Amino acid sequence: MSSENGKRLPETDAAGLNYEATELTLGLPGKSRVTSDGGARVGSKRGFSETVDLSLGEKKDSNKLGQTQTQSQIDAREAAKSPGSKAQVVGWPPVRGYAKRGKKSCKYVKVAVDGAPYLRKVDLDMYNTYQQLLTSLEDMFSCFTIRNFLNEKKMEQVNGIEYVPTYEDKDGDWMLVGDVPWQMFAESCKRIRLMKNTETAELAPRTPPKWSRRS
Amino acid sequence: MMNYFPDEVLEHVFDFITCHKDRNSVSLVCKSWHRIERYSRRRVFIGNCYSISPERLIARFPGVKSLTLKGKPHFADFNLVPYDWGGFVYPWIKVLAETGIGLEELRLKRMVVSDESLELISKTFVNFQSLVLVSCDGFSADGLAAIAANCRFLRELDLQENEVDDHRGHWLSCFPESCTSLVSLNFACLKGEVNLGALERLVSRSPNLKSLRLNRSVPLDTLQKLLMRAPQLVDLGIGSYVHDPSSEASNKLKHAIQRCKSIMSLSGFLEVAPRCMSAIYPICGNLTTLNLSYAPGIHGNKLTKLIQHCRKLQRLWILDCIGDKGLGVVASTCKELQELRVFPSDPFGAGNDAVTEEGLVLVSAGCPKLNSLLYFCQQMTNAALITVAKNCPNFIRFRLCILDPVRPDPVTNQPLDEGFGAIVQSCKRLKRLSLSGLLTDQVFLYIGMYAEQLEMLSIAFAADSDKGMLYVLNGCKKLRKLEIRDCPFGNAALLEDVGKYETMRSLWMSSCEVTLGGCKTVAEMMPSLNVEIINESDQTEFNLDDGQKVDKMYLYRTLVGHRKDAPESVWIL
Repeated sequence: MSSENGKRLPETDAAGLNYEATELTLGLPGKSRVTSDGGARVGSKRGFSETVDLSLGEKKDSNKLGQTQTQSQIDAREAAKSPGSKAQVVGWPPVRGYAKRGKKSCKYVKVAVDGAPYLRKVDLDMYNTYQQLLTSLEDMFSCFTIRNFLNEKKMEQVNGIEYVPTYEDKDGDWMLVGDVPWQMFAESCKRIRLMKNTETAELAPRTPPKWSRRS
Repeated sequence: MMNYFPDEVLEHVFDFITCHKDRNSVSLVCKSWHRIERYSRRRVFIGNCYSISPERLIARFPGVKSLTLKGKPHFADFNLVPYDWGGFVYPWIKVLAETGIGLEELRLKRMVVSDESLELISKTFVNFQSLVLVSCDGFSADGLAAIAANCRFLRELDLQENEVDDHRGHWLSCFPESCTSLVSLNFACLKGEVNLGALERLVSRSPNLKSLRLNRSVPLDTLQKLLMRAPQLVDLGIGSYVHDPSSEASNKLKHAIQRCKSIMSLSGFLEVAPRCMSAIYPICGNLTTLNLSYAPGIHGNKLTKLIQHCRKLQRLWILDCIGDKGLGVVASTCKELQELRVFPSDPFGAGNDAVTEEGLVLVSAGCPKLNSLLYFCQQMTNAALITVAKNCPNFIRFRLCILDPVRPDPVTNQPLDEGFGAIVQSCKRLKRLSLSGLLTDQVFLYIGMYAEQLEMLSIAFAADSDKGMLYVLNGCKKLRKLEIRDCPFGNAALLEDVGKYETMRSLWMSSCEVTLGGCKTVAEMMPSLNVEIINESDQTEFNLDDGQKVDKMYLYRTLVGHRKDAPESVWIL
């Protein structure tokens, strides 16, 4: 028997159960659920804010081989795309390898380095981590040194010039590489620019990007 | 009477018993059977690599030739486990190498496999034949190169869904000219380029090659050449399938495919131009397995037309862009269907109504042999589940994932207790169940009552109280793996029957109500369990008070006590 509103939920039903908690909201049911026998609730489903991993940058970092578990971390990538959709819950839906399934083509982006006479292109799908990407960029532009927050102390500056990796995102803003989880970055990156450190000297962050905090 | 037979006779009889569960039973009959069985055991399966040590493995089964190991808990697939949690294979390889075991086959799932491990395998085990890695990580093309170069009798290299750093390095060209023994080569999950010439030569000199799964970088013209050289293939994974249907390349491909009369399994299409699907129609009639779950480019009419050619299909993996109507086509075409997996093509999309309960009902009505299901959908109703349960009483695996994890029946607004209840009551052979949607304690009452064969249960965002978990622990006698997230189960449920956990492989509970004190109690009462607390917050101190709720707990039975390789984020009580 369907309700007259089709797929909309009523506030309560005939049995007097409280369905407020099951009302479609942007989040999961909060703590105010009452059991059907009206008895004391032992526990509750977790509230929305506890479940959603809002600190998106707090992701597992590369191990020494530059591997991370990249796919399926629920982040707000799609939320950014479709306004009004709910923020995501970590590990839900339980699907592995989404990143590979959803891809329709490989993701080549231009890479510009200040001072280089020509640009290069890299396929972001080839990488799973920032470390892999930066290493690859270093290979491509081997005479330069890319500022690497991860190994800041170990970096050798070949010719004394450091470059800061930045990228242009879908909104057209120039962002520092490394603040968001890799997958989110790969989705929104349109082009990459390695900026000469002198330009960014004043802008160099005191707080390194989150992905580099753990080594 | 059997005791008076010489050992060789018993050993010969035991040779016919290959399933490891049966062999375990055989070994329990009496001391002499135990002795004979252990010396003749060649294949060993270890479901949790931390439940036993390599030394004890070898002590019991000195003749082991094939080893299967599983590492990380299942929820690691969904990023709920820290990447450095554990599951390293290297200690196993080291011990096997040092004790002179003649390892021939290694099958690993969710383990960390270093290049060092692969190199050690390739240089130590002279007769090594088969490497199967599923959902592993930690290795690069260098490790693969070592395997290719040094394993002279390699028959199988099967890489499934691994995270491999292969953007530098050519491993395929490391197979020597003398390597002609390949039967199975699967590198579909690799992202990098391979040496196409080396691939063609390798396939040319592998007359026994039956299974070949290519990655995205292998273009169409190479595919055509490979098929011309290997018309005996039984299992094919296509990499790139982009061509103009009217071109010469397309005609050559059609000709090559038509020669492959033995192909029964088809997958891949990682890059695809769907106009060209007609070239493969000639082989569709023989297919028993079709995996299009990595091919979002094939949808709509092209997809349904393709499926209409596949009348013998037994296993189908697809994306939900097939839609309910497309599932209707499956239902009317694939009468032999046993396993269906429908994956989300847009898991985080808002309101993309790809498949619903209607598609599932259609398939259940048209495919009575259906026994294994993984179904990601927008919504489900009790009525649909009850119908499915009636149509398909043979389910062994039933995994339903409603993309909104707490969505009730949209028609009645009721929880889905009755629907899942019908499934467990009807499907008496059900071994694996995953629940989703709005669920109360009631569904667990049904599961405890009816799911007598249940071995694995996955629960998320369900139940109202500890009663739910208790119904399951008390009722499901054959339960081996229980994984729970975001449910209101607390210490009362956890501590009710701690002995039960010794009869299971493992228990995972995250974002529930269990506290540190509760976990400590389990650990104290059951020294045969490792109780691990995983704490990934920036808080590095574990000075939490016992009343503190535990974010993630993973406990498992073990014969070898606490493991020594846990990272900082894991605390073993």
